[in-house]
Amino acid sequence: MGVLLAAAQNADAPVLVAENLAFGMIAAMMIFAAIRVVSAANIVHAAVYLVLVLAGVAAQFILLGAEFVAITQVLVYIGAIVVLFLFGIMLTKAPMEGEERAGRDNWALGAFTSLLLFGLLGYVLLDGFGRDKLPEALAPTSTGAVSDAIFGGYLIPFEVVSLLLLAALIGAIVIARRD
Amino acid sequence: MVLALHLSYWQVSALRSVGILAAVLLPAGTFVYLFLFKMVSFMQSRLGPMEAGPFGSMQLLAEVGKFLQKEDIVPERADRKLFKFAPYLVVGTVLLVYLAVPFGPDMWFANLNGGVFYLLAVSSISALGVLIAGWSSANKYALIGGLRAAGQLIAYELPMVLAVIGVVIQAGTMNLAGIVAAQAGGSIFGFDGIGNPYAITQIVGLCIFLVAVQAELGQTPFDMPIAESELVTGYITDYSGLRFMMFFIVEFASAGAFAAVAATLFLGGWTVPAAWADLNSNWFNVIGPIIMLTKMLLIGGLIFFVRFTFPRFREDQLQRLAWTVLIPISLLNILATTVLKVAF
Repeated sequence: MGVLLAAAQNADAPVLVAENLAFGMIAAMMIFAAIRVVSAANIVHAAVYLVLVLAGVAAQFILLGAEFVAITQVLVYIGAIVVLFLFGIMLTKAPMEGEERAGRDNWALGAFTSLLLFGLLGYVLLDGFGRDKLPEALAPTSTGAVSDAIFGGYLIPFEVVSLLLLAALIGAIVIARRD
Repeated sequence: MVLALHLSYWQVSALRSVGILAAVLLPAGTFVYLFLFKMVSFMQSRLGPMEAGPFGSMQLLAEVGKFLQKEDIVPERADRKLFKFAPYLVVGTVLLVYLAVPFGPDMWFANLNGGVFYLLAVSSISALGVLIAGWSSANKYALIGGLRAAGQLIAYELPMVLAVIGVVIQAGTMNLAGIVAAQAGGSIFGFDGIGNPYAITQIVGLCIFLVAVQAELGQTPFDMPIAESELVTGYITDYSGLRFMMFFIVEFASAGAFAAVAATLFLGGWTVPAAWADLNSNWFNVIGPIIMLTKMLLIGGLIFFVRFTFPRFREDQLQRLAWTVLIPISLLNILATTVLKVAF
């Protein structure tokens, strides 16, 4: 609510009430789910809460008009990565009860890393966008514009990332076939 | 907007919400009655349901009534919350797939820019529901069934995506309405009498897509996840009553959904070739869904024909088929499509 009032006070542009409400509700849901990911006793439950967090990220992308990124988020993270997580958990051990406590010995290191990441990302976002406002009539970014950017101005980072992924892929095959 | 009728935004939205339920349930019911009850009965030299209604057409309602009355049992050692939640996740996935498919010039639920990409993304969520259902039952048959289903869904998603890329390259758009228009208005080497249905020019893609769909749906010959002779019924072993019925509906509704996607991508969707009729006419909001359903029944008939005539693969044969046959062929198909697209 505070965000809404603050936006209303210094507003040149009209306040997008529905968007702000949606953002707030999704963000609250994401924070709750993210806390449950690290505090859930059962590792499968933690993975399901992780799905909620990732789905929330996709929803936020849609609010920002980034349709392509939102769909990619669902396809890659929910459809592939979490499914592989669950697959791995269930193939190795899948305790029904929470009796086998998930190891939290490194919680201090984890907390430090996430605080550092939070600070870094927060600084980058504030530094990059400051008090910029979203345009009132927010049209979804077309996929063509995204691909033009990737294969135009950002070609070299894109190629570097794909080489990195290729290296990881080959590494995975080498580890898997030790003969 | 149907036949020069002007509706306000909320009326259109309400109509679309009701429409998507009809779009999910009607084809699913038609598939069950036409293929599961009648076609397979004919193939096995028996009559199929005859008593309820004319030609047994009310049998489906009787079945639904039966499942609604049954007790909804949760096994004692199951993870109650996830066990109860999994069927909803799977049903939701099917509803989301229908969201992007157009049924006429104005008969769509959401006209997404990246429609094809969206379809592939949401259809990948169903693996999650199946895994959760298998694990939360606390039953080894269900767990093995869930793992097999997820492994299969991951393996066959790749050839499916790669097969669709050929269509996207040829149409030059990922928007489903755009792909439909490209097929209706296109021409094959200058001949535009039948438009350019990609079933002809992307025949390799269509074949790979149909094989991948058969595996994604878990229909025979790819039905290892619910292989009755080995796993009772896999991840649905412990479900009963309403929740069992939800899995049952999903099996046929997702067959309908993939049939709709295949009809849209390869058979021209709701259109007839543009040379035959004015496709912007409002009449196509009425005729379009009927044309679409006809094409869906064609693809659905193929899916169920294969289901009832082929024996089951082994697990390793299934994985080998995906990784060593389908994926290389679909990569070659993309290469060939790209070269031809640039050349012509």
